[in-house]
Amino acid sequence: MIHRGLRISTVVLHIVLILGACMMALPFVWMVLSSLKDLSQVFVVPPKWIPDPFIWSNYKDSLTALPFGRAYFNSFYINIIVVVSQLVTCSMAAYAFAKITFPFREPLFVLFLATMMVPGQVTIIPLYLIMKNIGWLDTHLAIIVPSALLNAFGVFLLRQFFRGIPKEMEEAAIVDGANRWTIYARIMIPLIKPALSALGIFTFLGMWNNFFNPLIFLSSTDKFTVPMMLNLYRGMYATDWTLMMAGASIALIPVLIVYIIGQKYIIEGVTLSGIKG
Amino acid sequence: MNTQPAGSSGAAPSPERFPEKRTTLKSKTTDGLWGYFFIFPQMIGLIAFSLVPLISAFVISMMNWDGMGAKKFIGLQNFVSQLQDEEFHIALVNTVYYTILSVPTGIVLAMLVAVGLNRVRGKILYRLIYFMPNITMSVAVAVVFMWLFNADFGLINMYLQQWFGITGPSWLTDSRYVMPSIALLSVWMGLGGNMVLFLAGLQGISRSYYEAAEIDGAGKWQQLIHITIPLLSPTTFFVTIMSIIGSFQVFDQSFVMTSGGPAKASYTLVYHIYETAFADFTFGKSTASAVILFVMILSLTLFQMKMSKRWVHYED
Repeated sequence: MIHRGLRISTVVLHIVLILGACMMALPFVWMVLSSLKDLSQVFVVPPKWIPDPFIWSNYKDSLTALPFGRAYFNSFYINIIVVVSQLVTCSMAAYAFAKITFPFREPLFVLFLATMMVPGQVTIIPLYLIMKNIGWLDTHLAIIVPSALLNAFGVFLLRQFFRGIPKEMEEAAIVDGANRWTIYARIMIPLIKPALSALGIFTFLGMWNNFFNPLIFLSSTDKFTVPMMLNLYRGMYATDWTLMMAGASIALIPVLIVYIIGQKYIIEGVTLSGIKG
Repeated sequence: MNTQPAGSSGAAPSPERFPEKRTTLKSKTTDGLWGYFFIFPQMIGLIAFSLVPLISAFVISMMNWDGMGAKKFIGLQNFVSQLQDEEFHIALVNTVYYTILSVPTGIVLAMLVAVGLNRVRGKILYRLIYFMPNITMSVAVAVVFMWLFNADFGLINMYLQQWFGITGPSWLTDSRYVMPSIALLSVWMGLGGNMVLFLAGLQGISRSYYEAAEIDGAGKWQQLIHITIPLLSPTTFFVTIMSIIGSFQVFDQSFVMTSGGPAKASYTLVYHIYETAFADFTFGKSTASAVILFVMILSLTLFQMKMSKRWVHYED
């Protein structure tokens, strides 16, 4: 009796969760299916989900309507530089904050944490003016350099991992006469690879999706990143839904691939960032 | 602030394992330098791209300046004028309204999904799907939802008509529905992230509480009310702060989907900051409203942190 009741409640729970999952996934499914439709199929009532025929050329059209390829290239190379630099600079700072004793270590670390509370909108206008003064406006440097050199969250996240590494790992190397750089590069970095993956994926996603900063700093179309280009596209082809859906699919696909490959790291990373709370 | 150990052997970790004290001493004196070496790149970033801009923001907010011409120091005048500014009021009301619509809904739904997921099989697959909107590009999602919300050819209204015979509203072009629509999109996008945090919180609750409750004859519902929700409150607290902070910064969706319209019905605080700076070129005013936003976010955070000490139930 108890057993049966349990089973029914489990089935109901599954049904509710599946319905929820449909709500989460349907916009993506609709996007991809619509991106393959002929424009006339879009306005059919009641809506038809499966394209008939499949218009694969929507993707080609959408890629050629605006320099999407260029935006792709821009986003990718900016992302690669930022991810790599952040992994190096954040892990260096995190290692020092976790393992090296130096004067003012604690206040400096608190300073890093405090900057996490400053919303980007407060610093964006001074940053805009700084970039203007040094001639970096409408260049990718304005987007790359600040992100490459500052990620307080990254420092915090990696520091948590370094702190978990037992002292003995270092002490043996110190006795052997290894310097701090060798210890950091040869011993510590390999030990926090999962955390580095999480941070790398986070940074990639954050940079790929970021709209506000490129909107402020970039003005010429050939410098645009993917979200900027998609927004431009929306303004120009607002009524051509199939092309817009193709454009949105093109923008989302790299992210979804990274997500499916790295979902374990992403979700662990989100969890870790929440644990401090 | 001298790091010279001055022969204090107690400072060295387990000194008996280091017979050659020289090595440890030497490494201790140079260690400080190594520390600064390692934090150097991020420190530069912190100074150049956070501290200097933050201080400049406070300075600019007290100036009458278009970004190029003469700067004129006008004290707190920008703050006074912003607080009396009609557009600022509209933006503030819209942002608060959006927060009230999206944050409680998002948290309750995320908690329910997490509690549900925690007791079924296939958690990983569900989690994969629920979390998916969380990592996607807001601009792309906004483009997709523009169509879903379309009054004539959007999926939502088509199915409302077909299934329930209801003629749906013009979601994004009716000033009464635009904020709820944007809030709905945000709940959809944010659900997975909050859910993951709640799942982690649920993992932290010891099984023994439920076992004890079952012995006492408590049903599933009572367990949820008396064990799960109270013990989850540290997570709820964290998620609430993060959600409020996030919702005060809403911008992308209204910029892409409605351009702040119709009739400024989706004009938010960040939109106001953007508009006053890069459409009107009144940098002083814009920065002043950004500083107001900063103060609001900061005081909310500090207030919640203080309050949480009273009601948040920490296990052991």
